[in-house]
Order: sequence, then structure tokens, then C-alpha cells
Amino acid sequence: MSKLVNLTIDGIKVSVPEDYTVMKAADSIGISIPRLCFLKGIHEESNCRLCIVQIEGEKGLKTSCSTKVREGMVVQTDNKEIYENICFNLELLAGNHKFECWKCSRENSCEFLDLLRRYNVDNDFSNLELFKPKEIKMNKTSDAMVIDTSKCVLCGRCISACEKLSGLGILNFNHRGSETYVGPALFHNLEDAGCIYCGKCIQACPTGAIQAKDDIKFLERALRDSEKIVICQVAPSIRAALGEEFGYPIGTNVEGQMFAALKKLGINEIIDTNFTADLTIIEEGHEFINRLTNGGKLPMFTSCSPGWVNYLEIYYPELIEHVSSCKSPQQMAGALIKTYYAEKMGIDPKNIFSLSIMPCVAKKAEATREEFGRDGYRDVDCVLTTRELARLIRHRGIPFRELKPIKPYGDLAEYTGAASIFGATGGVMEAALRTVTEILEGKSTPVDFKEVRGLDDIKEATYTVAGQEVNVAVVHGGAGIKAFIKHMRNTDKQYHFVEFMGCTGGCINGGGQPIVSSINQEKYDVRALRAKVLYDIDANTEFRKSHKNPAIKTIYDEFLEKPNSHKAHELLHTTYHKRTFYEV
Amino acid sequence: MLDRMHVLICGGPDCSNTSGAIRDAFKANISKNHIEKEVSIVITGCFGLCALGPHILIYPGEYLYSGISLDDVDEIFNEHIMKNKPVERMLYRGSFNRMKLKNRAELTYFAQQERIALRNCGTINPLDIEEYIARDGYIALGKVLFKYTPTQVIEELKKSGLRGRGGGGFPTGLKWEFAAKSEGEEKYVICNADEGDPGAFMDRAVLEGDPHSVLEAMTICGYAIGAKTGYIYIRAEYPVAVERLELAISQAKKIGLLGKNILESGFDFDIEIRLGAGAFVCGEETALMASIEGERGMPRKKPPFPAVKGLFGKPTNVNNVETFANIPPIFLKGSDWFKSIGTEKSSGTKVFALGGKIANTGLLEVPMGTTLREVIYDIGGGIPNNKKFKAVQTGGPSGGCITEESLDTPIDFDNLIALGSMMGSGGMIVMDEDNCMVDVARFYLEFTVDESCGKCTPCREGTRRMLEILNRICEGKGNMDDLNVLERLARIIKNSSLCGLGQTASNPVLSTLKHFRDEYIAHIKDKACPAGVCSALTKYVILDNCIGCTKCAKNCPVGAITGNVKEKHKINHKLCTKCGACKSVCPVDAISTKPEKWRTAHV
Repeated sequence: MSKLVNLTIDGIKVSVPEDYTVMKAADSIGISIPRLCFLKGIHEESNCRLCIVQIEGEKGLKTSCSTKVREGMVVQTDNKEIYENICFNLELLAGNHKFECWKCSRENSCEFLDLLRRYNVDNDFSNLELFKPKEIKMNKTSDAMVIDTSKCVLCGRCISACEKLSGLGILNFNHRGSETYVGPALFHNLEDAGCIYCGKCIQACPTGAIQAKDDIKFLERALRDSEKIVICQVAPSIRAALGEEFGYPIGTNVEGQMFAALKKLGINEIIDTNFTADLTIIEEGHEFINRLTNGGKLPMFTSCSPGWVNYLEIYYPELIEHVSSCKSPQQMAGALIKTYYAEKMGIDPKNIFSLSIMPCVAKKAEATREEFGRDGYRDVDCVLTTRELARLIRHRGIPFRELKPIKPYGDLAEYTGAASIFGATGGVMEAALRTVTEILEGKSTPVDFKEVRGLDDIKEATYTVAGQEVNVAVVHGGAGIKAFIKHMRNTDKQYHFVEFMGCTGGCINGGGQPIVSSINQEKYDVRALRAKVLYDIDANTEFRKSHKNPAIKTIYDEFLEKPNSHKAHELLHTTYHKRTFYEV
Repeated sequence: MLDRMHVLICGGPDCSNTSGAIRDAFKANISKNHIEKEVSIVITGCFGLCALGPHILIYPGEYLYSGISLDDVDEIFNEHIMKNKPVERMLYRGSFNRMKLKNRAELTYFAQQERIALRNCGTINPLDIEEYIARDGYIALGKVLFKYTPTQVIEELKKSGLRGRGGGGFPTGLKWEFAAKSEGEEKYVICNADEGDPGAFMDRAVLEGDPHSVLEAMTICGYAIGAKTGYIYIRAEYPVAVERLELAISQAKKIGLLGKNILESGFDFDIEIRLGAGAFVCGEETALMASIEGERGMPRKKPPFPAVKGLFGKPTNVNNVETFANIPPIFLKGSDWFKSIGTEKSSGTKVFALGGKIANTGLLEVPMGTTLREVIYDIGGGIPNNKKFKAVQTGGPSGGCITEESLDTPIDFDNLIALGSMMGSGGMIVMDEDNCMVDVARFYLEFTVDESCGKCTPCREGTRRMLEILNRICEGKGNMDDLNVLERLARIIKNSSLCGLGQTASNPVLSTLKHFRDEYIAHIKDKACPAGVCSALTKYVILDNCIGCTKCAKNCPVGAITGNVKEKHKINHKLCTKCGACKSVCPVDAISTKPEKWRTAHV
């Protein structure tokens, strides 16, 4: 515990640890200092100049996010001068902002709009006869993300998030002064700039300047197309976060209401990506056993996270042969929907609109990969993020909180506890271990592998399986990936199996999940709260190992024959290729 | 054996275009006459008298030739060097008071100056370390390394009262002390040579004319704060300075004045050069460090200050070129000597780059406390063409305008701030009755808008809005409320910007609004530019003193001027494009752009 110092804020005496900033000290007594660019631990550059306070005995105004507390300090967080400064700076920002709030993905989570409301900001600088707005630059050719500079307040949070969380530097300020805009260097499009679409920038953005590509209209049209049957899959971690969009506390499981809402939207068939998560474990598990026992390339890397796959293909193409050939659960489900399921239901696959609800931005791009379709149609036609689903539900006026929970039915909706934890870092590894150990040992093995759980960037464990030591590692977040691969190259340790996730925390903290305000990001570890939902589901399911899923047994019996069969390879496995960026 | 004659050719920024050719012409003559052993010829640093360059200085006798062209070389050589008869016709004369020929030391321009930072500029060959050493170079370093502890170095510097010459005026000794007290194995010394104020070139003059003085000072600083590495961050637009610095570094290393075990004292110090890419904001120390680190040149929040967490996160001391150039003399002659020059709170001298409507544009160094009037009228030679003085702008885009009634203020850091301006890096632009002060404010603001890095809200968004308002006013489209918005914007930008660039960006507007509000009002209410500068509001008219010489009509590119010989001419305003060609050729100054109300009667 660090030393306490005493100070006075707005006349209130307070004792806080000496490493606190004035902002944090004020937060601790419920005084809310306005802020726009501050994102704890990620962006602390004090460049928005909105968190200004006056400190007795000091000249001028100071930014409270960067000023450390001192013994005896007397702080004023609001007075006429401070108020004028904040109002005017907000007014300046508003003058350059293109207000399209009705179609903005941040319609009710916009930190900028909140501040404009709080200060009842005048909008004189948007008078076009007197002032010229800045030039708008759109970066919208990628399949996953859009940068719209007309919404950007140039806080720089996205830039820092890309650097610190992803270990990349895709975004930066371009030009300077009033012509500054955020984007990849030299006017490049995002898809040419080495971006992995993890969406950490979106989660950091206080406005809607960086958004996932909006596909709501695409779905709305399909729902109104009488020839289309809309079949929807839902990823494991949607249910752990969707509730936040409807006022539930972070870490509430809303699985039943989620399915009910999808039904209300007019979705024809609902399946659960959890089912193909179980299938992934069977296919990937057998691939691993094959590599382990027949001298294949080790370590084997997981392949479910498209952010990670992008990272690998762009930055470490020489490691491609390490990655499992299994498609991600989304693409396995897509392939099955348009083959097995279509056949079973007697629908022409051409008439199926395959929809996927994902916590992820990279999934949007994954669905468009050339490999993922057949006979001229895509396996997954449309990917919506958790946020898009929530907006659609809200816009349709569906009373989410009042919905009666339902369970989906059908062959592709049953799942085990192993599948449910896919959404948390370490979940894929744990699920795989549950199955692989049992197969290799030929007897029942334990369910829990707690060593691979938790939020450390890199987790390692060694298990003895059938007399052999198996070294596993779990890595999440771009920065962690970078660090681990560097470490892997410099160590003599032979890893056998490594789980990689493009997002820190795994899918539960994916780039498509509900936005958590900067203040709440500082207050809670969202990753832990959402992960707990998944581990609770796991603990309460009847079957907790993928190979025990009765529906999995059925599909192999009816359709896929056996794990890694020819048919399975055709539908459930894929290939990867080296990708370049900033090529002229 | 000493040479019979020394010929120094000014190689300052302005003169360097021709100085090489002049040197070659002299050399050709010298070798033709086989007197290589008698006459030495050297291109040296800036003499300072830039308006009249290029210059040649011939010793003995310190004869100063000004405005030399290549054609003059033969005559000077044949008469002065061969026959020892100075060519009086070409010698520098006090430019406007037609003084008798004088040698350099007696010239008013130089007589009132006190050259500390510029002590070697125009005197030594900057390419030769021996010439620097001959002028007591590196003696201060030796003295410091063997006679002073680092703490004593800092104490001595604190006693001298030296304040940062880059703009802020922070006490240098205190700055060194902070860096020295910061704990850390690795520390850095940075020389800020990213000179960027429009019109200022004193740092360039020092670096090109006396590079070793900076190297010596940086080494002393390294010893004082405990740093082993120094960086000189210099703009890439100064290739000559870069070249000379590189040469100076290699020379100093060769003879053990830089590098490992300097002068066998056991102290190691090395200096590297980093080139800036031309962003003005990189002259701000934290942006400068970001740029050296390879990041985008944007200022960082302070605290932490560079002395605690600077370059690569290590304690760092940043001083500008002129500050460093002052260091060796302080340790040679002692802090008492330095303190005896200048004023109580601002000791020593300051280099100014004098420009604008002034007779002697150029570089000068005067003791602090010299009045503005002395600088402008005595050294600067006053305003040419009998025009009326209007204001002097100091401190570049961060400074403000000072008017007639404050001209007797002694120049020092605090007085200039009290006048609503600042010392800045020492740019001094003189303005006369023909300068429109709204346009002046607009010029500086345009510069800031262009050079704002875009990091913080008020500077990025606010300065652009201010400029838009000023543009409107200059076009005659302003309204009186604009002045309130300008003042409000100016205040908020000043109060809440992140770095010095933004905090001072509104000074040119605030000070012109304060002193020349009537000019703003004339633009808004009368739709007129009193100085006849803002083209949207001006009209070219021919006055009664026209002699009918027809020059204007002949030079008008659109045939807008008509009139008979020896009769007053007329301008057709429907055709006039306001190019100004007529005004510039009129021999009797009969063409005016000023509205009648503000026109001064012509004699």
C-alpha cells in the first residue's frame, strides 16, 4: 500500500494513495471530471484538454489526468473559467463533427455526445457560411471495418490501443494541424495496411469514427426476401455480453433472451456456434494427436481466431505450417448449414441466407475469404457483431428485458461445457485437452485444466499425457502474440500445442462486443466478468467434453464418417497463405 | 611564419551563394602571382550585416568591403593585396549616414554590439579546429574537467544567471541541476538546433561559423549532468551547418577532445547528429525528443519534464544552440564577468535577427538591457525611405507587437513578456506605416495553423477558426462580433493548449488587437485597409504628384492605366488586377493603395 496524501477537491477533504492523479482522486469521491482522450493504461496523453482543473497557487489550468496528487493540494474542478474552456473546446470539436447520430453505431454509447449534452454545447462553428469543416476521409473498402474521419475527435485512443494492445501500429495521425486525420499511413486502405481486424481501436474510440462495417441493412433486406431462409448461428461469447446493451450488469448471461430476440427478428432457423466449437475440438484434437504421434510439425497452433490467423498470415507467414488446418467454428457451421443442414431440411442452399452473430470484427472479413464457399455461394453470407444485433433489436422495438428465454432446437444447437468456454482465453486449449487426453490415455481424464485459465498475456503448462510430456501455451492479444513468438524463437523449449487469440481476453473481449466506456474500462476488468459467465455455463452443463456431445456423434454417423475423414477435410478444413501489406 | 595578409570572406546564410566563387577568384589571382605563402584566404561564418553582403574582411587593418561582386575581386586584389592600397570606393560605409570609411571595429553597427555567442563568427575558419583553439577554444572544457566537480560547474553556471536563449528564458543552471539530480545510469544532452522562427537564423550562424563552441559546451554539460551521449537535432534544411558539424565532430574526436577519455580525464562523451524533417513544432523539446526516437514529432505532456524522463525515457537536458554558445566564455572568464553584462535578471547578451522595414537587416548581438530604440535606430539604421515606424514584432509567431511608446524599454526576458510579447529565439521584424497589422496577425497565425501538430484540441481546432475569422476580416466580410469571438478563442487557446506553440499562438492576434484595434475596426466597419495591404479592400489610385512619365502605363500588364505624357494618369478599376506593377515602377511614389482617409500627405 502506497503512502496516503491529503488534498482538497472542491472543498472536500480526501486521502488517496500518492500515485493517484487528480482525476482519479476526484473519481474516488464521486466528482466526475469530463474526459475524452483518457483511457487508463492505454492513452494518457492529455491532449483533449477537457479534464482541466485549477490548482491553488499554480498558474493556468492543469489537466487532471496527468497531474499527480500532492500533500495539501487544493483543487477546483469547476468554475467559470474552467467551464468556459471546456465548453469552447467542445464547441470547437462539434464544429468539425458530422452529426449522423441516428445511423451511428455509437447511438447510445458515444462519450462525445454525452459531453455535448452535459455542457449544452453551442454549435456556432458549424455555420457553413462562416467556417469550413475539415475534409472528410473515408476508409471503407475493407470487409470488416470503416474509418470515418468526420466523426473523429482526434483523441488518439485508437492509435494507442493498436500499439499497446495489438502490438501493431496500423493507425496513426496523418498530416498535421487542422488537417490531421487518423488512418493507415499514406492514404492506404485498411486491408492493405497489415490490419488484423482485432477491433481494439473500435473499443477504444469514444465516438463512431472507427466502426465495424455495418451489415444491418444487408440482413434487413434478406429478412424481407420471401425466397430466403435465414439461418443464424450465434458464437459462444455473445450471450455473455449482449445484456450490457440492454442495461444488464457486465457479466450477465442472457442466452435465452438472445435466442428469443432472434426469433422475434424473424430468423427462420437458429443454430449454435457452440456445436461447431465441439466439432472443432474433435477435428483439431485428432489433428493434434496425429501430429504428436506421427512426427508432424509441432507446436501446433489453434486456428479459431481470425484475428490471430490474420496476424500469422501477414506477420509470420513462415509459421503457417504450424497452424491447424481446421476452419474456425463459424466457417464449419457455415459449411454444414449449406450442405448437411440444407440437405436434411430439403432446402436449396442457394436460398439459404447464412447469418452469423459474432463478437468479432475479423469474422466479417473471414466470411469473405475465397476458400469459404462452394458452387458460387458463400458459407456465411452475413456476419453481425454483438453490437449490431443489439441495435437491430432496439430499433425493432423488441422489449429484450421482457422476453421469455427460449432454447434453440435442431441438430446443430447442442453443445457441451467445453464448447461454451471457447470464448475465453485458454478455453480452446482446455476443451482440446479434455478430449485429447482422454483419447490418448484411453480412459477418463480430469475435466478442469485451470492452469490455462486467467488473464496473463502468456500462460504455460506442462501435462503428462500417455507417458509423454506435452508443453502447452495460451497466448492472447496482439502484443502477447508478438512477445510469445519472439520468445518461442529464442527458447530451446519444445512447445506442442499453442492457443492463440487475436484479442486480449479472447472472444469475450472481441472487437464486436458491446462498448465499455472509458470510465468503466478503468473500473472493471470486463474480460474477467464476461469470462465468468462462460465458465459458469461450463460448470453447469451435463456434458463437459466435446466428444461426449450426442449431436457430434450423430453428425459423424450420418454425414462426416470419422474425424479427419475425406469428407471432413473437404468441409471443415482449409489452407492459409502468406499475405503482404503496403505493397504499391 | 605569419601570413602577410588574411582575407576573410563572409560565408553566412545570405552570402554563401557567392562566397565560394569569390574565394576561387582570389585564389586564382594568388596563384598567378605566386604569393600562396603570403596571403591566406578563408570562408568564415556570418558577419551579421546581411543586408549589404557579401563581405570581405582584410587583415591587417580590418578593412571591410561590402556588396562585393565577382567583378570586384581583381581590383581589390591588385590594389589592396598587391599594393596595400585599400579600394576606398568599395569599403563599407555607414549605410545611411554616409560616414567616412571605417574599419569594422569602429562601425556603429559593430561598436554597440557585444559578441559572446557570435564571438568567432566571421572571425575564424569554421572548418579548422585549430583556429577555434587559437581563440581559446576548448580551454573552458579543460578547466571544467580538471578544476571543477560537476556540482561546481552547475553552481558557476547558476551564478552566471544565464537563461535559455531558445525562447522560454528558463535559467540554464537550474535546468542542468534538475538533470544532474535525476537518477539514472544513462542520461542525454541535446542541442536544439531546430531553428524555425520565420526570419531567425542566429543558430545557423553559430553552427556554420563556430561549430566547435557548441560541441565544447555540450561536453561541459555532459560532464555536469553525468551524460555520455549528446545529440544535435538540426533541421535538414541546414546542410552546410550539418556538414560543418560533422567535420567538427571528427576533428574533435581525432585530437581527443571528444569521444573516449577526453583530454585523458577519464570522461567519455560522444555527440551524434539527428536531422529534423522540417516541422516547426519539433523545436519544442518534448516533440524534438519524440522525433529523435523515431516517433511522430508531437509534444508530450509535462510533467514528467525531460530532466526526469526525457529522450528514450532517460533524464535529458535540452538547450538551444545560442545558449550552448554562451557556455565556454562563461567558464573561461567566470560567472562574475558574464553577470556584469546585461541586466540584473537577464545577464549576458542576446542575438537578434533584425528584419523587415529596417536599413541594416542582419544579425546582431547586444547586451541585455539595450533598448529597442537603440537596436532599431542606432544599430539597425532606422526605417528606410522616411517612413513612419509602426511596430516591432519580437518572438516570431509566439510573440507580439511592440509600439512606439514602448521603444525605450530595455530588452530582457521579463520586460518583453510584460509588453505582451516575448524574446523568443530573437527574431525582430520592424514594421512601418505600410504594414497592415491585421495582415501581420494573419501572417503569423497562418504559420501557426500550418505548423500546429494537431495533437491537442484548442491549438488544432481553435487556431484554424481564428485564421478563418482573420481572413474574413481582411476580405471585408467581418463583423464586430468577430472581434469578441477572436478574443475568446485567443484566451482559451492560450489557457488550455498542451505546449508552448499553442499557448503562445494567439499572441500576435492579442497584441495587434490591443494596440491596433482601430485597424481591425476600419476593416470591419469602413471595409478599408488603412495600410493599403489587404487586396480585397484596396484600390490603386494615382495621386496628384504624378508627373506623367507614363512608366506605370507601360508596365501595366492589362492596360488599365491611361493618360497623356506629363499629365496625371488614371487607373481603370474595372481592368486593374491589383498586381502592383505600377506602384513599384513609379519614380515619385504617386501611386497609392491607401484609402484617402489614411493617406499621409506627400511633399
